[in-house]
Amino acid sequence: MPSNEEVFAKVQEALVDALGVDEEDVTPEATLQGDLDAESIDFLDIVFRLEKAFDIKIERGELFPQDILENTDYVQDGKVNAEGIAKLKERMPFANLDEFEKSPVVTNLSQQLTVQDMCNFVEHKIAQK
Amino acid sequence: MRWFWFDRYTEFVSGSHAVAVKNVSLAEAHLHDHFVGYPIMPNSLVTEGIAQAGGILVSEHYGFSELVVLGKVSKAVYHGRVLPGEQLTYRVQATALRPDGAGVTATAHVGDRLHGEAELFFARLGEDSPVANGSRLFRPTDLRHWLQLVGVFEVGVKADGSPLRQGDYPLSEND
Repeated sequence: MPSNEEVFAKVQEALVDALGVDEEDVTPEATLQGDLDAESIDFLDIVFRLEKAFDIKIERGELFPQDILENTDYVQDGKVNAEGIAKLKERMPFANLDEFEKSPVVTNLSQQLTVQDMCNFVEHKIAQK
Repeated sequence: MRWFWFDRYTEFVSGSHAVAVKNVSLAEAHLHDHFVGYPIMPNSLVTEGIAQAGGILVSEHYGFSELVVLGKVSKAVYHGRVLPGEQLTYRVQATALRPDGAGVTATAHVGDRLHGEAELFFARLGEDSPVANGSRLFRPTDLRHWLQLVGVFEVGVKADGSPLRQGDYPLSEND
């Protein structure tokens, strides 16, 4: 099991290569979309790089459960309902959703995903191996 | 002028890699402006040629049945100039083929000289997207014509070495 520092270093490298950003900008608190300007296609790129760097397999929708956000059982008027939040927590145990819960507008979720969330995700995946 | 930026495949192995060539000719109109008195092949169009060669490789993996679009050029580094009379060889390698998209790494050589290196990502759009966008980007017959022009069914083989057959893909207008 790699240390937190090792995981962070590799995630940082993947994000620098995928997004063309400077290493010092990739801090644990930085948000992928807000601070690092990641677009949807970049997530595919990032996922490829993480798979390679950590020898893990990341299925579609695992990092970002788009299916929940498009499900009308869980989303009403652009907001995720309590049931949806519970589902998100179940699927994203690696992410801190406290901030999102305060204003669960669908589009906020991807904007609040941080570098630290990515590191947690990778550690969660490695632990499953 | 048609937007075809490589001339033909010389090798095509399904789900793995392909090799394509592009002959650079002084008869190409764009060279007369790039640059006046000093014609060189624009590297942006080398990238386009690589993307086309890689895009067809990826698209074949998905059975030519869905739309595959270039999503991202993660890397494109060029080391020199390509002049009229030279032949570019593009080698594209599929590095990851996933349900949602694919990654391709590529090199461009002139003879033994490494001219460029690129890394591309292709997004696979679902079957609904042509409807959602209001129209299709390609008619199956146009795609079939292009595939024939560049020799996909002449040199293309499956992973086991058996030839790719046009009839195995939904490339007729009725499909």
